[in-house]
Amino acid sequence: MALDRWIALVLLGICLTYGYAAWFTMDGGLPPFMQRNPIWPSTFPKVLSILGIITTTIILLGFEKGELKEADIDYRKLGEYHLGQALMLLALMVVYALCLRPVGFLISTSAFLIFGSFILGERKWHVMLPVALIATGAVWYLVQEVLGIYMRPLPGIFGG
Amino acid sequence: MLEGLLIGLQTAFSLQNLLMVIAGCLIGTFIGMLPGLGPMSIIAIMIPVAISMGDPSAALILLAGVYYGAIFGGSTSSILLNAPGVAGTVASSFDGYPMARQGKAGKALTIAAIASFAGGTIGAVLLMIFAPALSSVALLFHSAEYFALMVVGLSAIAAFAGTGQVAKAIIMTVMGLIMATVGEGALFNLPRFTMGIMDLQSGFGFITLAMAMFALPEALFLVLKPKNLQGDDDAIKDLRISRAEAKAISPVIGRQSIQGFFIGVLPGAGATIASFLGYAVERNIAPKAEQEEFGKGSIKGLAAPEAANNAACTGSFVPLLTLGIPGSGTTAILLGALIALNVTPGPRLMIDEPQIFWAVIMSMFIGNLVLLILNLPLIPYIAKVLAVPRNYLIPFILFFTLMGAYIGQNNATELLILVGFGICATALKFADYPLAPLLIGFILGGMMEDNFARSMQLYDGIAFVWERPMTLGLLVIAALLVLLPSFRARRAKARAAGVADGD
Repeated sequence: MALDRWIALVLLGICLTYGYAAWFTMDGGLPPFMQRNPIWPSTFPKVLSILGIITTTIILLGFEKGELKEADIDYRKLGEYHLGQALMLLALMVVYALCLRPVGFLISTSAFLIFGSFILGERKWHVMLPVALIATGAVWYLVQEVLGIYMRPLPGIFGG
Repeated sequence: MLEGLLIGLQTAFSLQNLLMVIAGCLIGTFIGMLPGLGPMSIIAIMIPVAISMGDPSAALILLAGVYYGAIFGGSTSSILLNAPGVAGTVASSFDGYPMARQGKAGKALTIAAIASFAGGTIGAVLLMIFAPALSSVALLFHSAEYFALMVVGLSAIAAFAGTGQVAKAIIMTVMGLIMATVGEGALFNLPRFTMGIMDLQSGFGFITLAMAMFALPEALFLVLKPKNLQGDDDAIKDLRISRAEAKAISPVIGRQSIQGFFIGVLPGAGATIASFLGYAVERNIAPKAEQEEFGKGSIKGLAAPEAANNAACTGSFVPLLTLGIPGSGTTAILLGALIALNVTPGPRLMIDEPQIFWAVIMSMFIGNLVLLILNLPLIPYIAKVLAVPRNYLIPFILFFTLMGAYIGQNNATELLILVGFGICATALKFADYPLAPLLIGFILGGMMEDNFARSMQLYDGIAFVWERPMTLGLLVIAALLVLLPSFRARRAKARAAGVADGD
């Protein structure tokens, strides 16, 4: 089965769960005064779940013959591309998201930018370090000082 | 009117005010390029500065400059990096980013600048002529018509239903609509589908989703399969629009400026719908050969949403200045600024303080003009962003996508959601599912449900669909926009088959 039909299967699962919630569980907690409304919070989701189930079934059963297009990246040969780099960058983003608060903006962002270019194969430390540090400082200055949006600059223990 | 124009000119053309416009445009452009900081947040940030000036005309002129600059800046990031930071510029990335990928970044930015300029200027002319009359028309639109208008906006997805991909485009739209129902609806005050997670209480963030759907998969694709972003070195210098291209886009810009303006006048409809509608309409009336181009780097597909977007922004000033009703987030903030400056917009504004009304209009003209003059020479340098080595560019794109989602919500969970959706979006992209319909559905979904619910309550049932002729008309148009292309395609196919038989 091709990837697009697998995805349709997953989406069908989502639509079924969503539909189940909309049709059977949501209305239970509806206060009585709302039940007299012509429209309930579940009305729109009910319609959507049916639409979703119909369309995913159409894709899943292959009723619609699409023309095969030359894909930009062939997912069947993912190993031939720089998959490792992409996965490492994704992991780096997750780590960054988790560190942003506890470690503070300045350290985590410079680390993110440095490791990001490192993963992509950059080894010129004399360029990487200043670029990352200056960019981090500039963005922080802009966002925090000029625009006044608070971002904790340093780890909590330093009173940031 | 002539007298008013002169008053406006007199106010706007002082040295101080001209400097204000220039400063505003520059600030707006550069901050607007950061995804996550749209016109609304930038204006909100500039308000303390504007209020402390004390002179309402100067303050408004500064804010108008910031506003136009921010809109142009937002288009820049959606064209160059496929990272639309504002809902209104999502449609610009549909064709702008493919153009940049083909090495026509400079040309794309030039078209965007010119279309924005024309949209803004034509909008300002229309504002000048029609403002008083339009305010009464805007009030004729009820929630039923808004609902129908959103449905027309949704028909823009037809553009992404490529050959034989209609079901995929529809399911992506439905997924977008489903995602829009997560969180607390405005009308029900009940958390829905949050699965008990507090962070979902307010729903998914628009910027998070926009970054996850557009910027992140694009960056990942660049990592997976390195390619030269810049194109040929000559191509980036190719900023000029040829005469044929100018001829092709000028009717588009003209039509969309007018259409966008009138959509912008309706409170709540605004620039986003105007840009999607403009895109959909232009695609539908384009000749068959050009229709294929849409979504792959069509200059018409870029010019239409840009012109419509800017004209609609200008149009949204009509209800603000004539009725005191802010029709969009941005105008709501401007309303706050005006009140803080002791000016109350409303029906009496034009009578009591004509100099402010006209100064606003003049500042629109000047803001647009200054923006064009400032930005046209800057475009080659802005486009040079793509010439940054890949090893540095990609971490920065990722960083700005994360930052955009973080600044808006100040919530690190948002970043995890962003990465998760980004992975899903990449998988969808592998399987050739169009991602834009999901975002369109998400943006329009919330507004659509609210308006639908409101009109259901007003009419105690679904009767509003046939009892209000305007609603019915709009819904019929939406149906036509969706059905016509597939009907045309079928007829073309049948005809092609017939010709083959005849041979």
